[in-house]
Amino acid sequence: MDLNFSSEYETFRDEVREFLENNRDKAPRGRDTGKPGEAAIAWQGLLIEQGYAARTIPKEFGGYGAEMDILKSHIIAEEFAKAAVPPGHSGDYRLVPTLLELGTEEQKQQFIGPTIRGEMSWCQGYSEPGSGSDLASLSTKAHVDGDDFVINGQKIWTSGAQYADWIFCLVRTEPDAPKHQGISYLLFPMNTPGIEVRPLVTMTGDATFNEVFFTDVRVPTSQIVGGRGEGWFVANATLKHERGGLGDPNQAENRFRTILDMMNRETIDGSRLMDQPVFRDRLLKLQARLLSMKFNGMRILSSTLKGEDAGLARWIVKLQGCELNHQMAAMAIDILGEGGILYDDSPYLRHGGMWQRSFMLDLGLIIGGGTAQIQKNMIGERALGLPKEPKKEDAV
Amino acid sequence: MDFALSEEQRMLQESVSRLLEAECPLEKVREIAVSDQSHSAEIHQQLTELGISGILIPEDFGGVGLSFLDAALVAESLGNAVTPAPFVSSSVMAPVALLAAGNDAQKEKWLPQIALGKIVIGVGVTEQISNRENSGIKLTDKGLTGTAMFVIEGMSADMLILADDSGSLHLVDALAEGVSRRELKTIDRTRSVAEVVLDGVSGEVLPGSESDTEPLLDTIDAGRLILAADSLGTAQVMLDKAVAYAKERKQFNRVIGSFQAVKHMCSEMAAELEPCRSLVWYAAHAASTIPDEARMMTCHAKAHLSEVSQFVARTATEVHGGMGFTDLLGLHYWFKRIGFNRQLLGSPELIREEAAKVQGWI
Repeated sequence: MDLNFSSEYETFRDEVREFLENNRDKAPRGRDTGKPGEAAIAWQGLLIEQGYAARTIPKEFGGYGAEMDILKSHIIAEEFAKAAVPPGHSGDYRLVPTLLELGTEEQKQQFIGPTIRGEMSWCQGYSEPGSGSDLASLSTKAHVDGDDFVINGQKIWTSGAQYADWIFCLVRTEPDAPKHQGISYLLFPMNTPGIEVRPLVTMTGDATFNEVFFTDVRVPTSQIVGGRGEGWFVANATLKHERGGLGDPNQAENRFRTILDMMNRETIDGSRLMDQPVFRDRLLKLQARLLSMKFNGMRILSSTLKGEDAGLARWIVKLQGCELNHQMAAMAIDILGEGGILYDDSPYLRHGGMWQRSFMLDLGLIIGGGTAQIQKNMIGERALGLPKEPKKEDAV
Repeated sequence: MDFALSEEQRMLQESVSRLLEAECPLEKVREIAVSDQSHSAEIHQQLTELGISGILIPEDFGGVGLSFLDAALVAESLGNAVTPAPFVSSSVMAPVALLAAGNDAQKEKWLPQIALGKIVIGVGVTEQISNRENSGIKLTDKGLTGTAMFVIEGMSADMLILADDSGSLHLVDALAEGVSRRELKTIDRTRSVAEVVLDGVSGEVLPGSESDTEPLLDTIDAGRLILAADSLGTAQVMLDKAVAYAKERKQFNRVIGSFQAVKHMCSEMAAELEPCRSLVWYAAHAASTIPDEARMMTCHAKAHLSEVSQFVARTATEVHGGMGFTDLLGLHYWFKRIGFNRQLLGSPELIREEAAKVQGWI
């Protein structure tokens, strides 16, 4: 057990801190709700230049071009979170790694640079009304007509579709193949004729999601990643990246610090919430969970550094991390008492309504990206080796 | 940066586990549980041969001088096998007390004997954590007088380390005049506690504890950490047994582990328990190397492991259905050991309150 970083990494950490101190006012402010604006694009450009974004993406595609160094990536994420400065992104965290792994040279050249700079934004066309947890049953279809695929069907839960320039989309191109082998992974512009986007307002009142309808949408057959019928395997490469992105312990720690601050500031009849034993006990229970997940994260990081599989420690992160975040938001609302119901632009609202929004949004995250129940199936089947539910048929 | 066990630590844990697999099967546990013995002298001796009795005792005093993380790994293995051994009192709390507050003569006299497994030391500090039955020991003109409850390994001990009402620690010969002991039978038959009544007993104070409560607190912390690690090991086996049973037991022509209701019970146990391993490792590491965080982390480890292991104990028993409720499988030894670890040296609510104080929240 050695919790110290070698001097190379301590120096690197100091550099990141110094950069953040000197440049934090250049970071875009406010909630990230739409297409990156000028400030966000400039910030991203600065971060790529410094190697704090698109760090391992090769220079020829517009990245910083550093060797993969998990510890440095970890330090960057940690310091940005501690400083509460918006981190950079690696373009689209699902698409770019997929293109790097499986895209053609032409696709890499065309898409990666503008995407990581934030000039080209993407949405993900995966889920459908009838295909959520059972994504491979998706029924949006494409048939070939000349040099084009012609797409018909509907997607749902498409974040950012209202402003995205392009979509990466799963469609069924081989209707007669078994369900996992009939899907292709296509890329096309959102202004292609035949695409209709309808905002899907969620319980938070925001419309971050959309329904997307395709009517005879023509896409050149060359705009496919991987081969025909290989889309499921291509998509799984991206799903892997998505799962890694959830349940970030740095974010959870920041959230806890804010709650701790509220416990000391908010008062009932003039005395601090911290002086109420019931609230205090609840806070301590959350702290124990937070610490467990933080150290679990350090354990995963160490395994990854050594090229070992962290096994169960990794399988549980999404389930436990999202649940913990949700519980923290729930506690923050209870700390506020009746004030916990305030929302929108109400007077006396705390933190701009962040807790009320999180309490709802976190439930969305518990459901999205593999529901808690699907996570429990995966933990049971893949980590504990329990048998799958017997299936009557495995057809489309 | 390496948040992981060393090769030596893995080997240590393996060697303890291998010994216990051979020497501490369920039949052995049952044998001790129904006997009048509070632990197995053979297993204590065999552990001593591996250096376990002196794990925290410096080499100068005949021990092997390892860290709290090493001791926690041993405790985890002992918990795995629900081992009837006097580890927490004699091999952990007593050496910590002697090292923190004993004078040279006391250390030279007692530490080597502990390391060699020649004596067992019982430890009684309960009244300094929470006093329930108006118990407690006072140092009076005629000597130590009063009652110490829940003295760990009190019946089999040769010597006792007892805290008085000021927090000073006293070394008392268990057979001295004026000492009477009676077993407090608990649900857990794999460890034991006693009530010790003192009537004008002359003991020997550990001088470092006379005007400083730190040695007492360090002793309690060490005990809590080890109970947390023990619960980790105990709960892990309950989970493993539940998963194994779910893969083998058939109903409605299917193994029950293929039903999501049962599968999810197993997954929830694993999801709760797995991060506990990292919490225990960190707390144990902090106990040896990060003084600023040590007490807070120990409090969290003890309280959180108590909660999670209780959930695992209950859920794993349910996965076993009616069989889990019987004596036949012996699952209840693990269930009860988890209960013992939870209550002893402070239950979760009480310890979380301490964690709040340690952090200066109140």
